[in-house]
Amino acid sequence: MIQYIIRRILYAIPILIGVNLITFALFFVVNTPDNMARIHLGMKHVTPEAVAKWKHERGYDKPLLWNGAAQGEKKATDTIFFEKSVGMFAFDFGRSDEGRDIAYDIRTRMWPSLAIALPVFVIGLAVNVTFAMLMAFFRATYVDLAGVVLCVAMMSISGLFYIIGGQYLVSKLLHLTPISGFDGGFNALKFIVLPVVIGVVAGIGTGARWYRTIFLEETSRDYVRTARAKGLSELSVLFGHVLKNAMIPILTGAVVVIPLLFMGSLISESFFGIPGLGSYTIDAINAQDFAIVRAMVFLGSVLYIVGLILTDISYTLVDPRIRLE
Amino acid sequence: MLLFLLLAGVAFYAWRVRRREHLLQPWRRLMRSRSGMASAVVLLAFVAVGVLDSLHFRLPLERQANNAETHYSPEVLSVFDLLAGPLRKQLEKTYSAPFAVHLFTKETIELPGGKQTRDFPRLKYGGAHLRDPVADRAADIAVTAATGALYALVLCAVMTALLVLWLARRRGVSPGAAWMLIRHGHDEIPWRTLLATIGLLILFVCLAALLSAKYHLLGTDKVGQDVFYLALKSIRTGLMIGTLTTLVMLPFALLLGIMAGYFRGWVDDVIQYTYTTLSSIPGVLLIAAAVLILQVYMDSNQEMFDTVAARADIRLLFLCIILGVTSWTGLCRLLRGEALKLREMEFIQAATAFGVGHFRIIARHILPNVMHIVLISIVLDFSGLVLAEAVLSYVGVGVDPSMQSWGNMINGARLEMAREPMVWWSLLAAFVFMFVLVLSANLFSDRVRDAFDPRVR
Amino acid sequence: MTLLLRLTALLVLPLLAACGASPWNSPYPAADAGKNITYSSFADKPKHLDPAQSYSSNEITFTAQIYEPPLQYHYLKRPYTLIPLAAAELPRPLFLDAQGKALPAGSAPEKIAFSVYEIRIKPGMRYQPHPAFARDAQGNYLYHNLKAADLSRIYKLADFPQTGTRELVAADYVYQIKRLAHPRLNSPIFGLMSEYIVGLKAYSQTLDKAQKDLPPGGFLDLSRFPLEGAEVVDRYTYRVKLKGKYPQFLYWLAMPFFAPVPAEADRFYSQPGMAEKNITLDWYPVGSGPYMLTVNDPNRRMVLERNPNFHGENYPSEGEPGDAAAGLLRDAGKPLPFIDKAVFSLEKESIPYWNKFLQGYYDASGITSDSFDQAVRVTTQGEADVTDMMREKGIRLQTAVTATNYYYGFNMLDPVIGGFSERARKLRQAISVAIDYEEFISIFANGRGIPAQGPIPPGIFGSREGAAGINPYVYDWVDGRPKRKPVEVARKLLAEAGYPEGRDAQTGKPLLLYLDITASGPDDKARLDWIRKQFQKIDLQLVVRNTDYNRFQDKIRKGNAQIFHWGWNADYPDPENFLFLLYGPNARVGKEGENSANYDNPEFNRLFEQMKNMDNGPARQNIIDAMLRIARHDAPWIWGFHPKQYGLYHAWYQNIKPNLMANNGLKYVRVDAALRARKQREWNRPVLWPLGLLAVALAAGIVPAVAAYRRKERQAAK
Repeated sequence: MIQYIIRRILYAIPILIGVNLITFALFFVVNTPDNMARIHLGMKHVTPEAVAKWKHERGYDKPLLWNGAAQGEKKATDTIFFEKSVGMFAFDFGRSDEGRDIAYDIRTRMWPSLAIALPVFVIGLAVNVTFAMLMAFFRATYVDLAGVVLCVAMMSISGLFYIIGGQYLVSKLLHLTPISGFDGGFNALKFIVLPVVIGVVAGIGTGARWYRTIFLEETSRDYVRTARAKGLSELSVLFGHVLKNAMIPILTGAVVVIPLLFMGSLISESFFGIPGLGSYTIDAINAQDFAIVRAMVFLGSVLYIVGLILTDISYTLVDPRIRLE
Repeated sequence: MLLFLLLAGVAFYAWRVRRREHLLQPWRRLMRSRSGMASAVVLLAFVAVGVLDSLHFRLPLERQANNAETHYSPEVLSVFDLLAGPLRKQLEKTYSAPFAVHLFTKETIELPGGKQTRDFPRLKYGGAHLRDPVADRAADIAVTAATGALYALVLCAVMTALLVLWLARRRGVSPGAAWMLIRHGHDEIPWRTLLATIGLLILFVCLAALLSAKYHLLGTDKVGQDVFYLALKSIRTGLMIGTLTTLVMLPFALLLGIMAGYFRGWVDDVIQYTYTTLSSIPGVLLIAAAVLILQVYMDSNQEMFDTVAARADIRLLFLCIILGVTSWTGLCRLLRGEALKLREMEFIQAATAFGVGHFRIIARHILPNVMHIVLISIVLDFSGLVLAEAVLSYVGVGVDPSMQSWGNMINGARLEMAREPMVWWSLLAAFVFMFVLVLSANLFSDRVRDAFDPRVR
Repeated sequence: MTLLLRLTALLVLPLLAACGASPWNSPYPAADAGKNITYSSFADKPKHLDPAQSYSSNEITFTAQIYEPPLQYHYLKRPYTLIPLAAAELPRPLFLDAQGKALPAGSAPEKIAFSVYEIRIKPGMRYQPHPAFARDAQGNYLYHNLKAADLSRIYKLADFPQTGTRELVAADYVYQIKRLAHPRLNSPIFGLMSEYIVGLKAYSQTLDKAQKDLPPGGFLDLSRFPLEGAEVVDRYTYRVKLKGKYPQFLYWLAMPFFAPVPAEADRFYSQPGMAEKNITLDWYPVGSGPYMLTVNDPNRRMVLERNPNFHGENYPSEGEPGDAAAGLLRDAGKPLPFIDKAVFSLEKESIPYWNKFLQGYYDASGITSDSFDQAVRVTTQGEADVTDMMREKGIRLQTAVTATNYYYGFNMLDPVIGGFSERARKLRQAISVAIDYEEFISIFANGRGIPAQGPIPPGIFGSREGAAGINPYVYDWVDGRPKRKPVEVARKLLAEAGYPEGRDAQTGKPLLLYLDITASGPDDKARLDWIRKQFQKIDLQLVVRNTDYNRFQDKIRKGNAQIFHWGWNADYPDPENFLFLLYGPNARVGKEGENSANYDNPEFNRLFEQMKNMDNGPARQNIIDAMLRIARHDAPWIWGFHPKQYGLYHAWYQNIKPNLMANNGLKYVRVDAALRARKQREWNRPVLWPLGLLAVALAAGIVPAVAAYRRKERQAAK
């Protein structure tokens, strides 16, 4: 088991190098270091000397991938790519192009993201499972049909509408929550409620419909028939047997998402003014802060891979027959 | 261009299916489902608008006296633009509400006496034929709507009659019996639903055609363009995103997925490495970077993109490509799994033993057996892509801002929501059109899955 | 069901907990309700708060409250008047000739080789409490020799337990002038100032060399290197020596670039390990002004608090006529500042900002074009006033014409549209006539702007009112106001230029023009549609090349753009600051200047050099008139418009007078916190019935479901 995990982690290294190469290529084709310097120095009175100075301070005056002028192994190491990539693997993200410590920013911005994403995930899971159970329970009746139609309809609405509509209704008309913003500690609660509710509602369509099919698949199995034949009530069959077994695919399917919760949501964070990692990324794209975007891409990839490994592990925990090799 | 390639592909597929009974089977099942047929009709209507809007041409300018060469107007039009000609040209100054005859904002108007007053000015086109707009408007709308309904009714009756006659011939019964078949829904194909859907569509088209000639059916936007026209134009964008992306990712996913599963070994390792790497990069970031690259390219090669529409189209195409690159991994993984399974099947083992070439095996045996997965995932992805467009436009890496798309409409509507009184019609138009398209796509995909998934059979 | 119940409980409980005295939707802690605090926002996080580097308006909002440069603008007087801030009185330049002999005040500019400004500051001013000044009992600095271990528990400036202060001296001002040339800092005005301050350019090279000799991470002590152009005279006096005559220098002395920076702070912040923790001068400024920055969390909020060591200043007791009637002199002579704390929250989107303003959570707001009709109505006399709905809330409106230009520039190096041929000039003039800026202002700015007649905005010396001030190539003077020439004139000009009906008369090819622009916001699409519509009026096809900001800058720099959109925000209220945008040697291409149109007319350049250093007066006005005539004829810009600033202010927010030059207005502002708390409660009563309705609907849904279940069970039992 431990051996397997170590192997998976080693396997992740070439993937991360690939990720680094791709982002590096993408961003340097778009943006020469000259461009970055100018955008960071502002628009009034910028001299070429100032640009050169900026580049030198941040190490952007070296060759991109191959330094022909250097000696020996320095040919490969004395380049922008090498210098900016190696630190990543030690989770040392360095400093953003405007001079801030990225790791510190990520550490502080992670919590607001999590404060939204985690409740959305947990409550969303609970609500979706509840709805799916209801539909499975009333299967082949009008309740079920109406539920499915409702789900499909909710799926067909763009997420932007939920956010715009929710903000308008709850905050502007009903004065129930602040429109946007964030605060630390217990005060954060009133800011979190609306994004969480909207996040949950927006996810019901897809989630509940998917879980419903899982439940239905499960109810058509033999053990359910046996349980019914024993004379157990429908409710106890559903809760006692079906729920327990259906939760296995549901939970293992959800595990892959958990590490990515840290990344936050791009859209809803910027709508609600939540200082999380999602809005951090969007700001960095807009400001073309290469260092931050690369750090976030790297972090995203690492978390994704962690998610995959966690999924594999959770399979073995749930089902002892599967052994990881 | 690509859209037509796709249409040709669909036509070829249809022709092949007609000739093979086992392929026809699931389509028959699909035809029998009521919601499937209704949503298919709606989808077809959307596609029709999209196709009409894709037939581009440039109008020649009238010849000048001193030279013989004909020059073409740099403005590219589509067939749809011609059909909706008045809608395109009837520009107001700024916002006006649906069916309004006055502008939505007050302006300083100079009175004949040289005095100035601040009031809502009359629209240049919306309800311009009315003499007393306040009193006559309701009646005029009602009359126009009634005329439209009448046209629709006539058209529906004609269509029903034709259908009855055709069905009677086909099934070899009398027209009366055919009518009863349809009315009571006894035939295997749900004609009733089909007729109702088409009837509603015709009604909508008739009403829209008559009313929008006189009024701005869904109001006008900030610079006075007709919102109804914009929403219709956006259909093409939505469809293009949905279909082109599929077209781009399909070859990758098919080829690589099957190869990985079939050959295993180092091929599998390389392909798995590629898609894990790609899928571990957060998609939005990848798209943002790629769209920026395209802009750099366009700026350095300006002469290649000399019209506004061409630039917008290239950006759209590129967006589709990059969406394709980010979304092929899911299907690829599915196909790899399926190919791994198929590889161990007896008939393929047998083929290998007989020394049949690898690519022949893939083409003749594996490919046909994974087609259902491909079809299901294409239809499922479609609606997701249409929704994704809106989100990307919000982030600022979507389609060209000069292009009509629902994403751009929603994006603009965010500001309009803050107005008091609110400008709600752009948002509503985008919402309704998008909702109908995605809803019918979702319903259709449900039915397709039911019909094609071997597990459900 | 229990799950659902628990869920609702989960959602409602925090709401109940969070309410109490302040309304549910208040974005601020309940404990702060009713306190003497002002609330405003910032959209982009400030990058630099170091006075040598900060230049953007969002940074100056903060630095202007914290730092005290020698001069400031009078809060109430118009036209803008400079008055002393840290200085004891307005400095008068002493002119020297090349031999260093003093010249009389009225000497001709050619003769003046140097001007010397001797600035005397007020004694007794002290810095805000700051750890850089903290000393132990022996008088040694506590935090100037920190080891890595000392920093392990430090994450922000407030984590240093001890603080100290010290008196502000003239050496601090000189130190800051030296910092403009610091090799580690990129001061945006270094390039400009090195043209004027004697020895600054060489000084930068000296420092560069000294920096290279230092061990990595070493501290470059500027006091070891003297600068010829800036020297300390005595404890409270310093002297700045400039090349030639540069009367605009006084305006620079009112900007934070010339604020004092204590050397202790620089030494403190330069210790190894500080920058890694974001403890830098860019992050935690050290000033002597009325406020100090206590919270700097640019992801959420920034807080300015009253500086306990502030030396004191009084509210001005005279202003413009009408200020007394407007209540602006009610506090005359009272000690500043009035407010204890200013909270700036991060607010990126305009809609949430506007809605929070209406709910009373921000004290002031601008107006976007979309909220205009809701907020402002224009009276029959053409004057703007708030709507009845706003008046009911007690909201006031104040307007001012900004010293800003928004214009479309023609790249004068472009083969089609640029150059001084009659053909290109006519084409430019035709386009200038065709683009109906009156309509633009009415659609996109709701009338909040004035179509520009030239580069100089009204209110700045050199611009003329009335018929004499109009651009005769675009406007006619009709009935006492400027009237844009009809489109037919544009068409005629276009035909004369050789493009009848928008097609080349020789080849018959339609003329395509290219507009380079950076558009991303939702409103930009409408703008692009509009500008295309304008070109179509005279049958010209406009291709919009939309690029990101980087590429746009690059194109402008290389001169690859054809038509582009640009804006300019004045640094100081002097015509030189506008006309230099058209000065040939200041061209963007090749010279990296601010003249983005690359306009280079020898006659104009000659006049500019003459006008630049003159004192305001009829002679200067005459030269400016001549320059404007040339520029209007050549039409290198579509002159565009000068936006008007409309500000909305709640009733509790007092002593407001828009001042577009001064940014240090926070100290004058007064807030009636009790009134605000009352209004906030009144406007934000939570509406609960929909929640109840939802609960009822849920219950109503449950009943038939349970019934159905019962029936099913019974059937199964049978």
